[in-house]
Amino acid sequence: MVSSAPKIPATNRIGLTLADYKGSPSTLCDGCGHDAITSQIIKAYYELGIEPHTVAKLSGIGCSSKTPAYFLNRAHGFNSTHGRMPSVATGACVANKDLRMIGVSGDGDTASIGLGQFCHLVRRNVPMIYIVENNGVYGLTKGQFSATADLASKSKSGVLNELPPIDLCGLAIELGCGFVGRSFAGDPKQLVALLKAAASFKGTAVLDVISPCVTFNNHEGSTKSYKYAKEMETPLHELGFIPFYEQITVDYEPGTVTDVELHDGSHLRLKKTNRDYDATSKAEAVATIAQAAADKQFLTGLLYINEDKENFAEVMHMSDTPIVHIPNEVLRPKKEVLDEVMQSLM
Amino acid sequence: MGTHTVKTLEANTAQKVESGRVVNDFSIEVGTVNGSGSQSSNSVLMRSIFQMGIPVSGKNLFPSNIAGLPTWFTIRVNKNGYIARKKDIDILVAMNPQTAIEDVKNLKPGAVCVSPQEMNLQAIRSDVKHYPVPFTELAAKATDNIKLRKLVTNMIYVGVVAELLDIDQSEIENAIRRQFKKKQSAADLNIKASDTGREWAKENLKKDDPYYVEKMDLTAGKIIIDGNAAAGLGCMFAGVQVATWYPITPSSSLCESLIDYMKKYRLEPETGKATFAIVQAEDELAAIGMALGAGWAGARSMTSTSGPGISLMAEFAGYGYFTEIPVVIFDVQRVGPSTGMPTRTSQADLLSAYTLSHGDTKHIVLLPGSVAECYEFAVKSFDIAERFQTPIFVLSDLDLGMNNWMSEAFTYPDQPMDRGKVLNKEALEKAGVFERYRDVDGDGIPYRTIPGTDHPLAAYFTRGSGHNEKAGYTERPEDYVNLMNRLLKKLETSKKYIPLPIVDHNKNAKAGIIAFGSSDFAILESRDQLQAANIQTSYLRLRALPLTDEVKNFIEAHDHTYVVEQNRDGQLRDLIVAEYPQFATKIRSLRHYDGLPLDARFVTDSIISEEK
Ligand SMILES: Cc1ncc(C[n+]2csc(CCOP(=O)(O)OP(=O)(O)O)c2C)c(N)n1
Ligand code: SF4
Ligand SMILES: [Mg+2]
Repeated sequence: MVSSAPKIPATNRIGLTLADYKGSPSTLCDGCGHDAITSQIIKAYYELGIEPHTVAKLSGIGCSSKTPAYFLNRAHGFNSTHGRMPSVATGACVANKDLRMIGVSGDGDTASIGLGQFCHLVRRNVPMIYIVENNGVYGLTKGQFSATADLASKSKSGVLNELPPIDLCGLAIELGCGFVGRSFAGDPKQLVALLKAAASFKGTAVLDVISPCVTFNNHEGSTKSYKYAKEMETPLHELGFIPFYEQITVDYEPGTVTDVELHDGSHLRLKKTNRDYDATSKAEAVATIAQAAADKQFLTGLLYINEDKENFAEVMHMSDTPIVHIPNEVLRPKKEVLDEVMQSLM
Repeated sequence: MGTHTVKTLEANTAQKVESGRVVNDFSIEVGTVNGSGSQSSNSVLMRSIFQMGIPVSGKNLFPSNIAGLPTWFTIRVNKNGYIARKKDIDILVAMNPQTAIEDVKNLKPGAVCVSPQEMNLQAIRSDVKHYPVPFTELAAKATDNIKLRKLVTNMIYVGVVAELLDIDQSEIENAIRRQFKKKQSAADLNIKASDTGREWAKENLKKDDPYYVEKMDLTAGKIIIDGNAAAGLGCMFAGVQVATWYPITPSSSLCESLIDYMKKYRLEPETGKATFAIVQAEDELAAIGMALGAGWAGARSMTSTSGPGISLMAEFAGYGYFTEIPVVIFDVQRVGPSTGMPTRTSQADLLSAYTLSHGDTKHIVLLPGSVAECYEFAVKSFDIAERFQTPIFVLSDLDLGMNNWMSEAFTYPDQPMDRGKVLNKEALEKAGVFERYRDVDGDGIPYRTIPGTDHPLAAYFTRGSGHNEKAGYTERPEDYVNLMNRLLKKLETSKKYIPLPIVDHNKNAKAGIIAFGSSDFAILESRDQLQAANIQTSYLRLRALPLTDEVKNFIEAHDHTYVVEQNRDGQLRDLIVAEYPQFATKIRSLRHYDGLPLDARFVTDSIISEEK
């Protein structure tokens, strides 16, 4: 580039810049894991060239749930009530099945107050990305243990957690979720690949992302601190994502990579690490999660993928036109219909 | 109703009894067991009288139980068109051995009792006219199928009663055919059963009571429907797009009727696919969450529930109010608190619905007073919700919602749908600015955009936390005050848009009556009774909250005003006194809260005792 030329910011395939995918400035604590995840969301949507106005951002309540305000300013956002984002998303989905929904929640928001709605969202397979920014505590209410805190993890004030954690990935798989990933806010490469793949998935894609709370849960003895996660992270595979609009290349040794094609023509490349993991096997996923918990291992990557299940928009047998775009004339039946009903009641 | 010619019910009855005949003016009660299949027989009985042109109403008094507990169905036949509950029963069909003795004991002297022979009820009351019937024997005659005998017994009592009252046999048959529309053989069997009862009665019973039906011409063009089906129908004609619900008595049949209608009339003819989504949620928190999500996304959305569900919806109701999302919430009221008496009627959710939330909240509440208004207000509620961008409550009750009412046929909406202030791509382009919560028009109602709108100005962030006109986060005191005041202004604007009270101002009346909802039927009848007792009244039927000037003017114009309602605490009275404290001493409160529908006599007797 000639040094005198004006600096033209890079654009993606639809001509937007990275800035077009940003949100308002974050008001979270400096270094909060949630902000790192926000950056990867911005990057993933930018790189995929998704039109921001087609996206709807939803969340519950918590520090994590504030973050939809910090990305994609050109998308409508819905910061709902504590633990109830799944129902809002379900309603938005049936109203307009063409919205590309991304939901951000916290471990308190999902695993405690919102566990019921989370289960039913997964059961219905509402098409959306559902991210749990998991820090093992209630950040916004100042550091109480959440239901994902590990046994014997230590609170800032020195108290040991005495109840076993709820594993949201295991639970999601149990409930029939077809896209379950676990990642770490400090592993941007893996997280972006997972986010991109999740955006192409046709049902509920659950991402449980360890996202340290630097203010209340980043100390020695915590199993959700940066230090602990960095040291313990064991990726199941190396993840690559090739969107539908890009040429696929075969540049790997046979037998080292599993290629999963998604319904929109995108490809997920799962490259073997030192272990052989089959992310398409539900039994293997469940067993692996249980074993990792027993071994106090922090496994990351795509734990399970299966795109066979119909999503909720399909199950509802709705018109091809999103319900919100059906014109008033069609919505209100003609007078003859009322006459017919009245006649039948006379 | 012209005041000079109207005779009270009692006056008419007395006169007819003297001449030995009481025509088209009595009530029948059938005491049976829940789940015994008597529902269709009772419908047939009611329908056949209706088809003879005589005004009727039917009420099912049932326990919170699926099968085995007592249930009573009452049919009121009234030539003057009174369709409220009548306290006294004239004709009892005592089919339930569990309650028969009690039921007979409750009768007035001179009443009629049809019962199975073997119960020997004559021994209990000799001042009642008994018609013992050998039902077991007759059932054996009506069908060889032992399994069906219990069921056909129900149609045998229909035949017996039809013969005693002189109901046209052809109308009985029409009503049976209608009831068993698609099932020819079931219809035939039931016609045979009713014939068996009728024939036996003709040969064996000597008519010795004054009650008769005679053909009239008062039901032509009229329909019979329950309030929940009427509301469901209204939702369909409102163009509802998304409905969510969680089953609860007495509201379930609203969404169930809606589903039936929508499956019949709202599938795309070419593809058979739905132009709507109806979701059975996992609970009421989710039901209202889904409805709000859909409303936010631009769909006409609703949910339907009863008291306990309303409590669960409180947080989201406040959220919807504060973030300004249209949604319609039906509350078919039942007795609370808690499960209370789930199959009994009440008007005790008025205050909780009006202020449902945490923090300062006042919702628009519609109060339908008839099945026709259940339909009409259902249609209107979606227009109001979208115009005012807020949750709208429609308060019906079990009596209105689950019982069968005679009504004028419903009319087709005469106004196009009002989808409110929505800016689409073109409008945004033209406006050049968009601030989600700015009061551009001075009516308190801002503009909104729908997610997915392809314009750089379209997006905004919906949040339950403090927000400024641009939908940005704020904790500034003046921003919050501005917002709260604008929401009040919106409520003020709504007064020009909500259904206004219906006022019958009687210039000679010192006493006014204010009531709402299903109380109307009893009030209309009571006013005639009061008139006959030389007590003039005016009447204001409230049809919505917030209260409007009509209420103030009405109370002002009368010496004193009775506020009649079906709850213990006088909730409407409290609202009125809070709004117009200057009238505190002019208000008298009449409260009926035993779970049974309000009856005219209660109102009349209470007012007479105060007026005399
Ligand atoms: C109904 C309700 N109860 C309690 C709260 C208080 N509250 C706000 S955030 C929060 C916990 C959030 O924890 P989490 O989802 O893990 O988010 P984080 O702040 O850790 O990101 C609680 C209990 C609330 N807002 N609403
Ligand atoms: S309190 Fe914790 S979770 Fe909340 S913003 Fe600060 S670091 Fe993040
Ligand atoms: Mg947390």
